Amino acid sequence: MQEKKQAKVQVQNLTKKFGDLLVLDNLNFEVQEGEFLCIVGPTGCGKTTFLNTLTKLYVPTAGEILVNGIPVDPKKQNISYIFQEYSAYPWLTVKENVMWGLKIKKVPLKEAEESAMEMLDIVGLTKFQDYYPGQISVSMLQRVVIARAFATRPELLLMDEPYGQLDIDLRFRLEDELLKLWERTKTTVLFITHNIEEAVYLGQNIMVLTNKPTSIKTVIQNPLPLPRDVMAQDFVELREHVTELIKWW
Amino acid sequence: MATFWNKNGRKFAYGACGLLLFGLIWFLATNGTELGKILPDPVTVLRKFFVSFAEPIGTKTMVFHILTSLRRMLLPYLVACAAGILLGVVMGWYKPLEAIVKPYIELIRPIPPIAWIPLSIAWFGFAEMSKYFLIFLACFPTITINTYSGVRSVDETIVRAAKMLGARDSQLFTTIVMPSTVPYIFAGLQVAIGSSWATIVAAEMIRSSEGVGWLIISGQETSNMPQVLVGIVAIALTGLVLVSFMRLLETKLCAWNERGQ
Amino acid sequence: MEQKILINCDHVSKTFDTPEGVCSVIEDLDIKVRENEFLVLFGPGQCGKSTILNTIAGFEPVTGGEITVNGDKVTKPGPERGMVFQTTALFPWLKVMGNVEYGPRMRGVPKKERRERAQRYIELVGLQGFENSYPIKLSGGMKQRVGIARAYCNEPLVMLMDEPFGHLDAQTRYLMQEELTRIWQQEKRTVIFVTNNIEEAVYLADRILVLRNCPTSVKAEYEINLPRPRSYTDPEFLRLRREINDVVDHTL
Repeated sequence: MQEKKQAKVQVQNLTKKFGDLLVLDNLNFEVQEGEFLCIVGPTGCGKTTFLNTLTKLYVPTAGEILVNGIPVDPKKQNISYIFQEYSAYPWLTVKENVMWGLKIKKVPLKEAEESAMEMLDIVGLTKFQDYYPGQISVSMLQRVVIARAFATRPELLLMDEPYGQLDIDLRFRLEDELLKLWERTKTTVLFITHNIEEAVYLGQNIMVLTNKPTSIKTVIQNPLPLPRDVMAQDFVELREHVTELIKWW
Repeated sequence: MATFWNKNGRKFAYGACGLLLFGLIWFLATNGTELGKILPDPVTVLRKFFVSFAEPIGTKTMVFHILTSLRRMLLPYLVACAAGILLGVVMGWYKPLEAIVKPYIELIRPIPPIAWIPLSIAWFGFAEMSKYFLIFLACFPTITINTYSGVRSVDETIVRAAKMLGARDSQLFTTIVMPSTVPYIFAGLQVAIGSSWATIVAAEMIRSSEGVGWLIISGQETSNMPQVLVGIVAIALTGLVLVSFMRLLETKLCAWNERGQ
Repeated sequence: MEQKILINCDHVSKTFDTPEGVCSVIEDLDIKVRENEFLVLFGPGQCGKSTILNTIAGFEPVTGGEITVNGDKVTKPGPERGMVFQTTALFPWLKVMGNVEYGPRMRGVPKKERRERAQRYIELVGLQGFENSYPIKLSGGMKQRVGIARAYCNEPLVMLMDEPFGHLDAQTRYLMQEELTRIWQQEKRTVIFVTNNIEEAVYLADRILVLRNCPTSVKAEYEINLPRPRSYTDPEFLRLRREINDVVDHTL
């Protein structure tokens, strides 16, 4: 098995211009199956444009994004997203929310239910399966959203600053849940964040973007074993190193 | 050249294509067909429209018709603006007045101006005043309600910020409430100018011998279909100019606002 | 050395009448803020932090106890207390200069004098060159700089800051925290700063009051003696962050 496995996601010469304004400048990278990649960069560095290109909201000016060797198409490939504002459907119960994506994908009811219950078990919401989103707290709601995203076993999970507005304590706990789900399902995750501590806490690899026009400054391998300790010396050093790389002020 | 094909250029091009296509369909549908007997083709209408600037329809040329109608519309419109803004502001500021007046405004608003014609004639006779009355009714409620909701939706936090900076009540009114109401007032004025211009036909149904509405009515009476259509074209184009003018004014006056962008 | 107490909340309580009955938001709260102290009120979610600030600002009356600022009882909003809002609450129809000079203008400061003063504070917050921009043209961080300059320009005795960086993204937030420290060190004021972000609290504060959940009162108090400018990755900083985190009532 020396043959190199095909990467899950291949981004080739990706370039995006708005009129004459160059936003993405020839990005090239690969994401391996089951990888957890964090993408960090200075404010307004084109992360959102990158994501919108990935989801086919924007057509790239040049270059390609391949998932499993095929040009990306959210209509054909199973890609899940979690955004900051992303929320659970208020008219569905917790369990129905988690099952929603599976129903859309026409998964048999029994199978969908089992899968949903497994996800709810991992995020510790089994007891709350029949509650409506309005009856549970914000942090539980966040877990419902994550469980729903993982339940469909997506080929690729895109997360755009899902915890940007949360306080540290809650963030850490949700990040732990996220890592648990990721380890269990071996999903490929692209996690975009402004928060370097979060990136170092989560990522196997951390991709650092430059200011506009966006290009890849470097990709840093994160050697720290899970679970990581934010107060450990090596963690702090890595965090400081990444911070130095993106400081623009 | 590349920039021309960005958004605005493309939008303009699409609009022009749509207009041409519409004209073409109209032309084909009316040329030598049964429909053509009751509906003149666009070339005839446009030619008559342009000719009417030189040769009078009735006793007057087009410019006179348009100006007459504009005068009939603008006078009551301006009165309605002044009265509507004043009443709207006061309604927004004093709760008791709101409780008394608002139901009436809301009752009057959905009544189409044309429904007032008999009453208007009974009260004001066939003179200009009855026309003014109709147009006033067409725009006054809209302006009032818009102004009122503008005053009511002033951001409470912004008012607090001004208070913390030491603004007195009278200063709050002039420096906070009024400016933040301006976009609402403008929205009202724009809708109102459209609806009062649209009411000109109804107003000129009350005995008149000139005006763009009169063109349509007298065209109908004499079965002169081209004249009816010329009247419609005149109303449409003048209306477009009016609305564009308001929009321009808004861009200048509300540069700080998203609507002004 | 005995320092002057500028803000004194003396056994303050606040209740609201709701359809479900009386709801107590603040219960027997005692806060004393020394002159030129940077005090951070830190607490979870909807714990009533903003209500405390609103009562000190004079937007809402207290239902028990008394609040005094510089010895005067607070009854209504007033210019001796400057406020910075989470939503910035800038006046969108005024340019940056118009916003910053608003306070002095309302209080009748002559144009030349207030312009000079506003210019000084615009420069203090690093917005020179943007005097004639409307707020809508500014980024979130820049808007809040205007908010800070506007509050400063009225030269209040105390500054009340209600989660001013709550809407900013993480990096802009760090930057603004550094900027606020710089501004405050240059122009010392008595500040009460409300936040639900521990890092922000530890980074900015001379003293942190950790608040209980609703009804709120002081649960713990920390003097932060780290030298400024502080480092987010300093071991002592991280230790304090964890220690305070463990004290807070977390809402689940």
